[in-house]
Amino acid sequence: MSVQTDRTDTGTAAAPGVRKTDVPPPDDTGIRKGKGKGERPAGGRGGASAPYVLLLPALLATVILLGWPLIKNGMLSFQNLNPRQLILHLTEWRGFDNYTDVLSSEDFWKVVQRTVVFTAVNVVLTMVLGTLVGLLLARLGKRMRLVLLLGVVLAWAMPVIAATTVYQWLFAQRFGVVNWLLAKAGWTSMADYNWFGTQLSTFSVITLLIVWQSIPFVAINLYAATTTIPKELYEAASIDGAGTWKSFTSVTFPFIRPFLWATTFLEVIWIFKAFPQIFAMNKGGPDRLTETLPIYAFVEGPGNQHYGMGAAISFLTILILLALTAYYLRTVLKQEEDEL
Amino acid sequence: MKRSLMARLWPNATALVLFVVFTFPVYWMFATALKPTGDIIADTPVFVPTDITFDHFQKALEADHFWTLVGNSLTVTVLAVVFSLVIGLLASFALARMRFKGRRGFLLTFMIAQMAPWEVMVIAIYMIVRDADLLNSLIPLTAFYMIMVLPFTILTLRGYVAAVPKELEESAMVDGCTRRQAFVKVIFPLLAPGLMATSLFGFITAWNEFPLVLILNKDAEKQTLPLWLSSFETTFGDDWGATMAAASLFAIPILVLFVYLQRKAVSGLTSGAVKG
Repeated sequence: MSVQTDRTDTGTAAAPGVRKTDVPPPDDTGIRKGKGKGERPAGGRGGASAPYVLLLPALLATVILLGWPLIKNGMLSFQNLNPRQLILHLTEWRGFDNYTDVLSSEDFWKVVQRTVVFTAVNVVLTMVLGTLVGLLLARLGKRMRLVLLLGVVLAWAMPVIAATTVYQWLFAQRFGVVNWLLAKAGWTSMADYNWFGTQLSTFSVITLLIVWQSIPFVAINLYAATTTIPKELYEAASIDGAGTWKSFTSVTFPFIRPFLWATTFLEVIWIFKAFPQIFAMNKGGPDRLTETLPIYAFVEGPGNQHYGMGAAISFLTILILLALTAYYLRTVLKQEEDEL
Repeated sequence: MKRSLMARLWPNATALVLFVVFTFPVYWMFATALKPTGDIIADTPVFVPTDITFDHFQKALEADHFWTLVGNSLTVTVLAVVFSLVIGLLASFALARMRFKGRRGFLLTFMIAQMAPWEVMVIAIYMIVRDADLLNSLIPLTAFYMIMVLPFTILTLRGYVAAVPKELEESAMVDGCTRRQAFVKVIFPLLAPGLMATSLFGFITAWNEFPLVLILNKDAEKQTLPLWLSSFETTFGDDWGATMAAASLFAIPILVLFVYLQRKAVSGLTSGAVKG
């Protein structure tokens, strides 16, 4: 999705971790009467192979469509693969040379640093603002909550490329409404400002776009989490003389902490991988200064036709992403072990 | 008294401001698309279009291959979602209802698959698809979009299946249904909201996909709408009216679907994700 969200590719989105807390399903089926008494064991019919048969298609699809590209990517990263080899279907191995070339290039490390900073800034902004919006949703009256929810959902549902195009127009140098507003507000030097002329300003627009589209997921998830908090806990807190802040830190926060964790993790992955927002906004420009790792791998690989190099960069990108999320993954895997 | 009024005003005022902030870009897209060019390039922006025109929409609709690409996008997206629902439902049923050796392993596989960085795997996919002689075809797109949404589908549906009381299924079986009949007649209807939520998010993911089609399908007639839209802007330069009309056309199906299914889908997503 996504999630995106897409989401929201936005949208793509379930949470390998937004779990634990027991929320009742939205559709309460109500009916719960087993009619007869003579129950069969649930796993009964179909024999012991049934689960494997049911899982087979999903597993095959995953192995073929995900496993194979992963392995292929690994193999390509050890090859000398440029237009000549590509056209003639030549396989030329070059050992670790792609990796030594990439790792010793200054550009690569600049891009890594940029990607990490970019991810950090966007994730922090998304989480802080998304949490605030989520808490606000929980506090609003019914009607106002619907209004805000509608706004948030609209931003969420905007397809990424459409949203990117709209932001280009909002921030257009000529006739862009943002420049007009800034000039009207007294900042007259902004009247003809070219947002896509510098690294920082381009990143600002991209950040605004990403945060705007990412807040809804965090806010709605968080709001849903707060609805599961038993009211009695707040009553108890207020009897104990807790103020707003105190009841937040002692009741709300402990409850929403798992959601914050899980959503942070998802946002790190999504934002780190963000491709269309950056690529369609300004092709990684100006002067390749807004290329993050996925864009860099794309431009070096298919773009400049250094496929072997591109594969090495993408392998390193996967490693970096794993390193960034390792801590959280470890906790999830541990939880999973306890649970099963 | 005054303080409580302020305390009530505050969140509502903030919510209103936020509503404007969140909806403005969407509004501006439609507003621009409907304004005559003179109003779009006015020195003072026209915030409420009074003079409405459909010329920009017409221009976008008449752009090269538009309808072919609508067909491509719909085909690829719908097929990917349907396949992932079918395959995912089988898998989620096993994961939610049965005990067997290796269950945890399967679960972890799908959880990790969900993190797959498709955006950086385009080179390998390109090579595979080229070697299979399937560049400029909708088949690989369908297959890869399917696998992009599959892990999400499995994990979310697993939550929904688990939420259906086992007793329902058992009593149906006592009444003489086979396990499969029990599933089709009793469980499946109860899963409708879950299926709706997962397919909505799958739909959005596939509808949005950009890097893969960018590298696999160079042939103008074999592309999908995201590519069309991103190149639209290059083709039409500063024609923001036409560009915003094109963006609207691309966004409308999702916006309609989302707002229509919003209630079910959003609560579905959250509870599904929460249940995992």
